[in-house]
Amino acid sequence: MPQPNSWFATPADAAARLAASGYLADEATATTAYLAGALEKPLLVEGPAGVGKTELAKAVARVTGADLVRLQCYEGLDEARALYEWNYKKQLLRIQSSQGTDQAWSETHDDIFTDEFLLTRPLLTAIRREEPTVLLIDEVDKTDVEVEGLLLEVLSDFQVTIPELGTVSAVRRPFVVLTSNATRELSEAVKRRCLYLHLDYPDAEREREIVSSQVPDLEERVAAQLVATITRLRDLDLKKAPSIAESVDWARTLVALEIGDLDDRAIADTLGVVLKHASDQARAVKELRLRA
Amino acid sequence: MSLVDRHIQFLEALRGAGLSVSLAEDLDAIRALRALEWDDRATVRAGYAATLVKKQSQRPTFDALFDLYFPRMVGDGAAAATREQDPEGGVRDNAEALSGFRDQVVDALAEGDRQAMVELAADMVARFGAMPGRGPGLSSWSAYTALQRVAPAELTDRIVAALLAAGRPEDDGRREAARRIGSFTTLVEADARRRIAEEKGPDHVAGVAVRPTIDRLDFTAARKADLEEMRREIYPLARRLATRLTQEHHARRRGPLDFRRTVRASMSTGGVPMITHHKPKRPHRTELVVLCDVSGSVANFAQFTLLLVYALRDQFEKVRAFTFIDHVHEVTPYFTPGADPADVMADLAASTAHAALWGRTNYGRALAKFEVNHADALGPKSSLLILGDARSNYSDLNLDVLKRLAGSARHAWWLNPEHRRHWDTGDSAATRYGDIVPMVECRNLTQLGELVHDIL
Repeated sequence: MPQPNSWFATPADAAARLAASGYLADEATATTAYLAGALEKPLLVEGPAGVGKTELAKAVARVTGADLVRLQCYEGLDEARALYEWNYKKQLLRIQSSQGTDQAWSETHDDIFTDEFLLTRPLLTAIRREEPTVLLIDEVDKTDVEVEGLLLEVLSDFQVTIPELGTVSAVRRPFVVLTSNATRELSEAVKRRCLYLHLDYPDAEREREIVSSQVPDLEERVAAQLVATITRLRDLDLKKAPSIAESVDWARTLVALEIGDLDDRAIADTLGVVLKHASDQARAVKELRLRA
Repeated sequence: MSLVDRHIQFLEALRGAGLSVSLAEDLDAIRALRALEWDDRATVRAGYAATLVKKQSQRPTFDALFDLYFPRMVGDGAAAATREQDPEGGVRDNAEALSGFRDQVVDALAEGDRQAMVELAADMVARFGAMPGRGPGLSSWSAYTALQRVAPAELTDRIVAALLAAGRPEDDGRREAARRIGSFTTLVEADARRRIAEEKGPDHVAGVAVRPTIDRLDFTAARKADLEEMRREIYPLARRLATRLTQEHHARRRGPLDFRRTVRASMSTGGVPMITHHKPKRPHRTELVVLCDVSGSVANFAQFTLLLVYALRDQFEKVRAFTFIDHVHEVTPYFTPGADPADVMADLAASTAHAALWGRTNYGRALAKFEVNHADALGPKSSLLILGDARSNYSDLNLDVLKRLAGSARHAWWLNPEHRRHWDTGDSAATRYGDIVPMVECRNLTQLGELVHDIL
């Protein structure tokens, strides 16, 4: 039986509330987002760049009134920047200030490994927060394999073990979203602990809704032309097919240039907004017969 | 059969098809289903997909199996009941019914109405794909028969005409029509599977009807649509490989200890070498010479390997590529930086003629020609990569030439797209060549990716 939970009541509720905040989710996305809240499991979102993976986490934070804690992953990310770090300068000061007094070393030792000297980093911050939190771990595939091991404890038990302090468990489980561009396979261990969602380019109808909602100034007719062109471009076997982010950029460009009709000439002039490889542009010009 | 049994069977089928579904994920799926409403099939599918499928390349397999174990409808579904009352539905299969049905197909495909296509596919298998058996339980359904009779491919021109009338440009309409016919064909095949599964049990179908995922599909078994899909996979595969290589390279970046710098740095800590300094490691880059058989049987494999090698061009010092059938032709110039893979493929296909004099594969002659014309390509820094099935039409193998070529290169590999059990059958000289140059089996994109990674 469906149980009520603090994030979304039903998949339909998730879809409706996300849509109200400007994120138009399809059925699978809404269902999976609902499940992530209901099962309290992390959600791994994969897909090409610019289809709204990060935006999903932000939208969830917006509609549930939660705060967003973000960990941007990159090569070389380590424990000290993901989990926690001891503020050793402050610790040093503490030791120096206690040197005049006759405080025993063991007391000082206990003193300097307390909360006061702990610098929390995103993962620990998200776990210790008492308010509703959305934890976004962005571009997990950019990190080294060792960092994945670091994530495991956080993802499965929502706890962090600090040798000097003990284990810190989540007061309130955050809604965790991991995003990945699939530049490398994540380990089975991480995947097993997550729900998985693949976001792909939307169908024409949804894309038009998204473009219209993001760029309300765009005329209905131009929006339809734009989406039709984007759909054709995606069929062309390009190095980097245009994503939703690029459609929206294109729509903004057309509004800024006050182009009222997306004809071949207008497409050719503004192609640089959507296609970012020279060979892709050449191919598009050839296939769409832009310069006959 | 209870719901749990069906769930377990579904999981077993997924595991059988190569998805690694763990017990933990099994339990997650159950928890997900408890949290969801059961009245919508799409929701159940999304719930299963979120908990069980962790790789997008496995999604088609999952969808096919889900359709088998949780079918859209039973038999002809609710539509059958209404059709019984329809007086014109009396004769369901004759010439007139067939042409009427084809008109319906054209309309639905021209509209692009997904729901109508699904219903028509079910109707089509029911009417034209039935194979009556001699007794109960022996009847079956054939997507092949249905497709042969209705022949949607022959309707292309009518669909294109309808699309053009709707204001689409010519080539776009043609592509769109081909795609819709392709998806309609897939729907018909899926519906036939559904009906067979209903009569004989899903386990019976699951083993045979589900194709391997695209990265595990044999090059030699690929259909035209699969080849398209594979070509789209090449670029992402190259990107993944490049990322992996860079990371591995960074992990080994620290070279031997730089003694002078370490001592100099130790001055600031009173002579205690607190921080060691290392010499940077010089990246080693290979010069690669690719020699590939482009005769009909292995042409696809050669093209994919060439594309992958060229997508990874930055990782090599230099790449030279040669194709052969019974003559050698250099194809390096076709791979210009940033070139469009589709154009490159077309150019390669067109240049095949240069690689043949008589058109019968002759490894011995090709190797000899290579030694005469292009021996300068191989040097102590270069690696030789030979692609082919080693089937030389019983001609002279020129083993000593290959021995000399392999000897002049730093490394040599032979990738064979055939399954190991087919080696040495017929005119295959796999072992005899394999004794000189280490030969490895390379049948699908996964294996190809691993091999290219090892070569680097």
